[in-house]
Amino acid sequence: MEKFDVLDGIVAPMDRANVDTDMIIPKQFLKSIKRTGFGPNLFDELRYLDVGEPGQDHSRRPLNPDFPLNHERHQGASILLARENFGCGSSREHAPWALLDHGFRVIIAPSFADIFYNNCFKNGILPIVLDAQVVHELFEAQHATPGYRLIVDLQRKAIERPDGEDISFEVDEFRRQCLLHGHDDIDITLEDADEIRVFEQEYRQRAPWIFAATGS
Amino acid sequence: MAAQTLYDKLWASHLVNEREDGTGLLYIDRHLLHEVTSPQAFEGLRLAGRKPWRIDANLATPDHNVPSSIAERRAGVAGIEDPVSRTQVETLDENCAEFGVLEFTINDPRQGIVHVVGPEQGATLPGMTVVCGDSHTATHGALGALAKGIGTSEVEHVLATQCLIQRKLKNMLVKVDGELQAGVTAKDIVLAVVGVIGTAGGTGHAIEFGGEAIRALSVEGRMTVCNMAIEAGARVGMVAVDQVTLDYVKGRPYAPGPDTWDQAEAYWGTLYSDPDAHFDAIVELDAATIQPQVTWGTSPEMVLPVDGLIPAAEDYTDPTHRVAVKRALEYMGLKPGMAITDIQLDRVFIGSCTNSRIEDLRSAAAVVKGKQVASTIKQAMVVPGSGPVKAQAEAEGLDKIFTDAGLEWRAPSCSMCLAMNADRLGSGEHCASTSNRNFEGRQGYGGRTHLVSPAMAAAAAVAGHFVDVRVMVDARESV
Repeated sequence: MEKFDVLDGIVAPMDRANVDTDMIIPKQFLKSIKRTGFGPNLFDELRYLDVGEPGQDHSRRPLNPDFPLNHERHQGASILLARENFGCGSSREHAPWALLDHGFRVIIAPSFADIFYNNCFKNGILPIVLDAQVVHELFEAQHATPGYRLIVDLQRKAIERPDGEDISFEVDEFRRQCLLHGHDDIDITLEDADEIRVFEQEYRQRAPWIFAATGS
Repeated sequence: MAAQTLYDKLWASHLVNEREDGTGLLYIDRHLLHEVTSPQAFEGLRLAGRKPWRIDANLATPDHNVPSSIAERRAGVAGIEDPVSRTQVETLDENCAEFGVLEFTINDPRQGIVHVVGPEQGATLPGMTVVCGDSHTATHGALGALAKGIGTSEVEHVLATQCLIQRKLKNMLVKVDGELQAGVTAKDIVLAVVGVIGTAGGTGHAIEFGGEAIRALSVEGRMTVCNMAIEAGARVGMVAVDQVTLDYVKGRPYAPGPDTWDQAEAYWGTLYSDPDAHFDAIVELDAATIQPQVTWGTSPEMVLPVDGLIPAAEDYTDPTHRVAVKRALEYMGLKPGMAITDIQLDRVFIGSCTNSRIEDLRSAAAVVKGKQVASTIKQAMVVPGSGPVKAQAEAEGLDKIFTDAGLEWRAPSCSMCLAMNADRLGSGEHCASTSNRNFEGRQGYGGRTHLVSPAMAAAAAVAGHFVDVRVMVDARESV
């Protein structure tokens, strides 16, 4: 996983509440057996005017001129500004994969759905929860300022605004360390392999039926 | 010891260790896999040269991409017409063979929707921690298990370590006392709950469903309720173990045999919340006041009783809500003030991990028996949740009741719940669906989904529009 430390990036708006994972990446694109290549289909139904299918040449598809990600001023954006309950719905990790593939490393919202929030950290994306009023102010500032940028500093747990003012944010310390160092969760857990084995031994006495072979 | 909730007990009994920062390493008893969220996890294992930690913990079955057409199913995997879907199912088969994971393959008689298969086979049991790369995994909580949906990175993590790094959730109790009216079902309970607490109301919580009306449900009905915990924002939904649970589990293929049954039963008997246990939030509903529910919008919380009228954006004070309602009305092609019963339908879908078990099919069959699907309905399909459900329904003659009434009888698959196989809505079409999500495009590009119970979907199929199933007199006793 790519490390996350400080990011200075263009902000793009996604101004609707309850953005669900079907909206982030429609199901016809979940049939891939890879983790990459989902970027062109991010927000597919909002972004294009035609019906998206796997294997299309996206450069030839008609873009929806009303969709912010299609606007010139948001090209190259790496920070997504969003509303309440972002990422609700399914557990598909294809949603953060699509956001990452498109170039987003930070998502700022008043609240996130649990599974999506968790999936972001596993993929080097930093989801930041801010007070709804602060998010609203960011939407207004972003709207008023073409090329609006923010500096997200995970070391300091702070977002620096163009006027130099800081907005501090909270993030779980374990997840922060994993992101800062690009740690793989599995390696961290396997450091406790002996403890897992001890637990299993004790548990086997307590609940032997759990360990019955499934066979085939 | 301090009084504990059911969730507290399940958490404590699976905790390998706890870190200073409050995260815990939780041991996972059962890991269910399907073809959509597992390929990248197996690939991750291969790239890192890792082996599954405890192979017997895993059980796989293809469900999302599998065709529901009985003709297409005859040729097995090779018969899947969509090449991309076929590759995904083949990849699951190859990965399970390579790593030695037990898989119920496409035409195995035990194949089905993973959340129907697990409990049916006794592969998910009370007291277990159960995970699956699917957000509807809370279904298994109906057995008094701690079950939650995970992403693909966590699928890989569970394969490699048999554990998950977790932070303990808060406890929420949803208490439904009183008695349901005839014709009102588990699905109506959970839709009403989502309507009350909203799609983010349970975020960060494990929801325990309790109260007289939940106790009165079969395990299958409890699964329907727990299944949609995620639609209220909660990853975990649970019901305490009681005699109904034990009777359901006993004798299933992977349930404990005579050698360990008594030990298991004694432990399972402790799986309830202590009377004075602390809940961070409590929501109470009176079952007697719950009417058959119909969603009208593009979020499961946009739900009304069948006699309701479509709202207007101006009915809401919160600006974000107003915008969402306005957008939903446009997408759904509905006008404020219109009666729910005036919504004309194009298709009907009875199936999905929410409502494809035998009792769901019996309930739908009782409504359509001796009747005909309305001529304005383009398609009405019934997709049983698993091979055993299909066989049982056929043994009871339900398939004949459906086909005589003009509904299609199909093979087990997730089908039109999320339209990853060929079953989908056309743009602008309205569907009465027993599934769990009415998001934009969920059942097909531009498709308009209305979530209802199997009995309500069946009644709508006959009427061509929504109708209160309670007024279909001869259905009343049998639903």
